[in-house]
Amino acid sequence: MALLIKGGRVVDPASNRDGVGDVVVGDGRVENTIDARGLIVTPGWIDLHVHLREPGHEHKETIATATAAALAGGFTSIVAMANSGQVIDSVPLVRYVKSRAVECGYPNVYPVAAVTRGLEGKQLVDMHALAEAGAVAFSDDGHWVDDYGLMRRALEYAPRPILTHAEDKGVSRGGVMNEGALSVKLGLQGQPAEGEELAVARDIALARRTGAALHVQHVSTARAVKLIADAKREGLRVTAEATPHHLALTEAAWENFDSSAKMNPPLRTEADRRALLAGVADGTIDAIATDHAPHSVEEKQQDLMNAPFGIVGLETAGAVLFDRGEIPVPALVRALTLGAARVIGVEKGRIADGDVTLFDPNEAWTVDPAKFMTKGRSTPWAGRRLKGRVKHVILGGRLCF
Amino acid sequence: MLAGRRVTTCFVEASTRTKLSFSTAARRLGADVMDFGASTSSLTKGESLQDTIRTLMAVGSDMIVVRHPASGAAHLVERVYGPGVVNAGDGAHAHPTQALLDLVTIRETCGRLDGLTIAIVGDVRHSRVAHSHLEAHRLLGNRVVLVGPRTLVPDGLGEAEPNLDKILPNADIVMMLRLQYERMDGGFIPSVREYNDRWGLTPARLERLRGWIMAPGPVNLGVEIGEDGVTHPKSLINVQVANGVWTRMAVLTLMGRARWPS
Repeated sequence: MALLIKGGRVVDPASNRDGVGDVVVGDGRVENTIDARGLIVTPGWIDLHVHLREPGHEHKETIATATAAALAGGFTSIVAMANSGQVIDSVPLVRYVKSRAVECGYPNVYPVAAVTRGLEGKQLVDMHALAEAGAVAFSDDGHWVDDYGLMRRALEYAPRPILTHAEDKGVSRGGVMNEGALSVKLGLQGQPAEGEELAVARDIALARRTGAALHVQHVSTARAVKLIADAKREGLRVTAEATPHHLALTEAAWENFDSSAKMNPPLRTEADRRALLAGVADGTIDAIATDHAPHSVEEKQQDLMNAPFGIVGLETAGAVLFDRGEIPVPALVRALTLGAARVIGVEKGRIADGDVTLFDPNEAWTVDPAKFMTKGRSTPWAGRRLKGRVKHVILGGRLCF
Repeated sequence: MLAGRRVTTCFVEASTRTKLSFSTAARRLGADVMDFGASTSSLTKGESLQDTIRTLMAVGSDMIVVRHPASGAAHLVERVYGPGVVNAGDGAHAHPTQALLDLVTIRETCGRLDGLTIAIVGDVRHSRVAHSHLEAHRLLGNRVVLVGPRTLVPDGLGEAEPNLDKILPNADIVMMLRLQYERMDGGFIPSVREYNDRWGLTPARLERLRGWIMAPGPVNLGVEIGEDGVTHPKSLINVQVANGVWTRMAVLTLMGRARWPS
């Protein structure tokens, strides 16, 4: 049973395709046709950085609500971080996440297991057992593995890539936003850019020493982009991601003292933002990942020192990225599909794999958090009108959205 | 002016002057003043600031005067309460009424508000008063010189002069900020003694003083200023406090007129 997608702009980096045409998904007789005129037709989007919160923090999000949000946002595959209420550091938990996702009708959840037990930064997890159970990578995201010896052993031992949350807490401690003239003016403690730069430099040095695969998560500074570019030129197995909010916003989002500007790493300067955009365009940054981090309304309502870091992103990513039009569409699509797939080494990111996202770059809509599928409501775009909307999602050859 | 209205002071951070000043100001305008006692409230049980404000609204409050240790707290309160919020100091961000009453004092004393050189001395980095003054004097076109160790005077805020003795002969106003003892933790200053030696209004500096002394009080006697400085003939400290009441009466009046035009 095949699906015909007619007349859209088909952008498929794997086959170097970018032009108006038709796509057939699946085998056999064409049973259904979708009129894709005016739409952009791409491989299903892959988000390398999603916080499912379940198991353990179901008040923030569940696997059901997160995967529904993913689908609504055009993402056919998501990579789930390990720092849920219960840290994913054992085989039963990896199995749970995968099976629960399947129950929810969303098979492409790729769990990431922690690097260290309980995210404590002390003892490695059973990496081989976890990889066999389905973990695609390892990450202590939320924390940086600050112990040189331990990170080195982790990179030497790991059978899958390590995703690093590169933040030296000795530098960034207590900071809620980027350190600079604005943080001083607002009277808020800042996180200096060096907190990221130093951590990235150390991690790259270890990638060099060990030859292992290292992926830098949510890059936010120009300096880190440069370090990553140098590492790639050197031939090191270093990849990187950036979030839609770091690509679209700067620290100026803090002017209203709203906690929807508070995330980690923080929004930085315009110069940093431009470096990230250039990085996506030239491939230094391999993937765009939302770092979808839902919290309850009560939690984000606290004063700015106590409100947790994190905003939701699955349902606004496409609109934010395409609305701004600052990244050439082929590079943007690559970062959402093939580039991301290659980081974790999965057979996705190509139209031929059976997942397809259809996006209308011209449809305008107003972001209303109350209507989100995700439980989280914190987004800097609340009430804003954005241009660009996911129209259809095809998962495994079947129309799912 | 505010007869029949209730003004609630919601001070979640300690205060002597500002709180008494606002209470007195509101009473002089005929308002019923309710003081929300933060330390004995359910905030200590973990109740949110938002729910606290909602309670104040339910009980009845026409204006809320807020002081809070978190920067942006007044914005947060306004999101719940709506118009009618006065910021009495939020974290390290702003203390607008302090800057206003200082300006009243300066105009009264110097006879003008422009063409002045204001030296702000001390922990500028953590001072909401300094921030509000910087904004005020930027609008007025005055020269503001920030005096203190580099650790306490951030780059990019304005003209900085680490040497107090250099600026003393030129300053019309010398504003002494309070130095918190905690600044020795974290390496902002090595010791109170060295701080007093280089940036305190010592007897020797009092002799060479040309301008007026101001302090947004409270002061740490012996650190940034001594008893002799506080009671010096050129000290405007008590005048500031007195002006605080008038200034806050003006602020509450203007807000009242905007809210209830009749």
